[in-house]
Amino acid sequence: MNIISVKNLKKVYGDFTAVDGISFDIAQGEAFGFLGPNGAGKTSTINMLTGLSRPTAGTIRIDGIDGIKKIKKAQSIMGIVPDESNLYDEMNGFDNLTFCAALYGMGKAERQKRAAELLEEFNLKEAGDRPFKAYSKGMRRKLTIAAGIIHRPKILFLDEPTTGIDVESARQIRRLLSDLKRQGVTIFLTTHYIEDAQRICDRIAFIVKGRIVKSGTVDELLRNAGQEQVIRLTLSQGIKGIKNQFQQAFPALRIEAQSENDCLITAPERIALAPILQYLDSKGISVFEAKEARPTLEDVFVKVTGIEAGKPHKEKAGEHR
Amino acid sequence: MKAGIGFWNILKKDIKNYYLKPPNISWGMIFPLSWTLMQLLRAPQGQAIDVKELLPGLMGMSILFGATSMLAVTITFERRGRSFERLLLAPISLSTMVLAKISGAILFGVIIAFVPVLLAACWIDLSGINWGMAFVSVVLMAVTSALLGLVIAVSAKEVFEAQTYSNFFRFPMLFLSGLFFPIERLPLLLQAVSYCLPLTYGVDMLKNAVLHTGAINIWLDLAALVGFSVLLFYICQRNIKRKWIIIR
Repeated sequence: MNIISVKNLKKVYGDFTAVDGISFDIAQGEAFGFLGPNGAGKTSTINMLTGLSRPTAGTIRIDGIDGIKKIKKAQSIMGIVPDESNLYDEMNGFDNLTFCAALYGMGKAERQKRAAELLEEFNLKEAGDRPFKAYSKGMRRKLTIAAGIIHRPKILFLDEPTTGIDVESARQIRRLLSDLKRQGVTIFLTTHYIEDAQRICDRIAFIVKGRIVKSGTVDELLRNAGQEQVIRLTLSQGIKGIKNQFQQAFPALRIEAQSENDCLITAPERIALAPILQYLDSKGISVFEAKEARPTLEDVFVKVTGIEAGKPHKEKAGEHR
Repeated sequence: MKAGIGFWNILKKDIKNYYLKPPNISWGMIFPLSWTLMQLLRAPQGQAIDVKELLPGLMGMSILFGATSMLAVTITFERRGRSFERLLLAPISLSTMVLAKISGAILFGVIIAFVPVLLAACWIDLSGINWGMAFVSVVLMAVTSALLGLVIAVSAKEVFEAQTYSNFFRFPMLFLSGLFFPIERLPLLLQAVSYCLPLTYGVDMLKNAVLHTGAINIWLDLAALVGFSVLLFYICQRNIKRKWIIIR
């Protein structure tokens, strides 16, 4: 059963189209990753789904509820973790959590118990009585996630949850998200960290310039990207001097010189290694290693977006807030 | 019930985080007290100033400065730090959230309004004041001032902008609402402006309650204040939906 259903969703700011008629469904308990470069429309989409922004066109259904007209009802089953912590600096960790729980109508005893549980679970027990402004970036992120799940939401929206935090905190957040997934919480994750998406998500959609350019399960995406075979050769010397001859000798292959002594051979079907090894041997080049290069999600990302992962992109969604 | 929990906790949080902070309490009191001192000092020598006559103006000024600026500044501050998003993302209606936010400012305005009364009670006889009417007028002035603060908060993006806009409204209102200068002494055009300001009716009602010298019919004062409150509440809700939710 789909818990989120989006049809032809569009968001236009003046003459800029941030989200351009996207459609997707997310099943209950699924972890769905929304990947794209900065300014691709990830935050605009999450803002529309969570009720911070009204769509220009399209429909949203959250657990059968009209996510535009009845957004307040839909918000009661959502947990939202924005890209920047939005808790109260002057309040301590415990009070921040109990306040967030109160906004979802939880009674005093229940919210105090749950806040104490979460502080323990997130390793923040000792920092519970410290003001939020005194927290480190990783601690702030963890408390913001704790605030997002304090009311035990059915759906958790996370916008760039591991951006800008230390490795240990990022690992802990990934573990927590995997636990939540196991507990049946539906996760909607936007990130430009492909590693996060690959580890946490069941299904991924790539968004570029407001449009979903590719979507599928992680396996499907990798399989599609892996239709070409790629072999990396480590040689005794570089191929720069013989590259043209090498290419002419094997016209069906695509040969690229990589780092100093490495070269990458790509072909639409399986590559017969023996003739290549013989050819290189005849040129006095020894092959030390031949390794099949398996495609990663990053390769898929680069292929579908045309943008190298992790590289900054000019436009930024936040500018259109 | 759930809305009630949300309402109460937003109000409690605002009171604890903002209104009970010493700088805010002192700001609400210092300005009216300085004004009183100024009035006392500028009085011709040997001529006693009737403190009771100053009271409606002082109370009105305390409310105006307390309720308007506090709400405008705190909301802008929360929006800047994005904590205001928490409230917009919570499953509580916009009306409940707006009511909770303005309730803190209203309470603050009402309490601050009675500080000059408490101080005056140490020197002068306050018998003869219609306390019921005074309380109603103070509450309604606090409501309109808080809502005015919210109108400002919706328009401002930065705290300094909120402060500037607040002063832009407050200082002309000081002189145009009959707080210290009788409206009938103003030029005709400014008199017309005066009657478009909610504070004019609040101050008149307060003068009626304290000095029994109001110039406008008490029921007209009451109707105008309720009318301004409803209108400002509607404007605030519409602006919040338009500026904070739809456009974002």
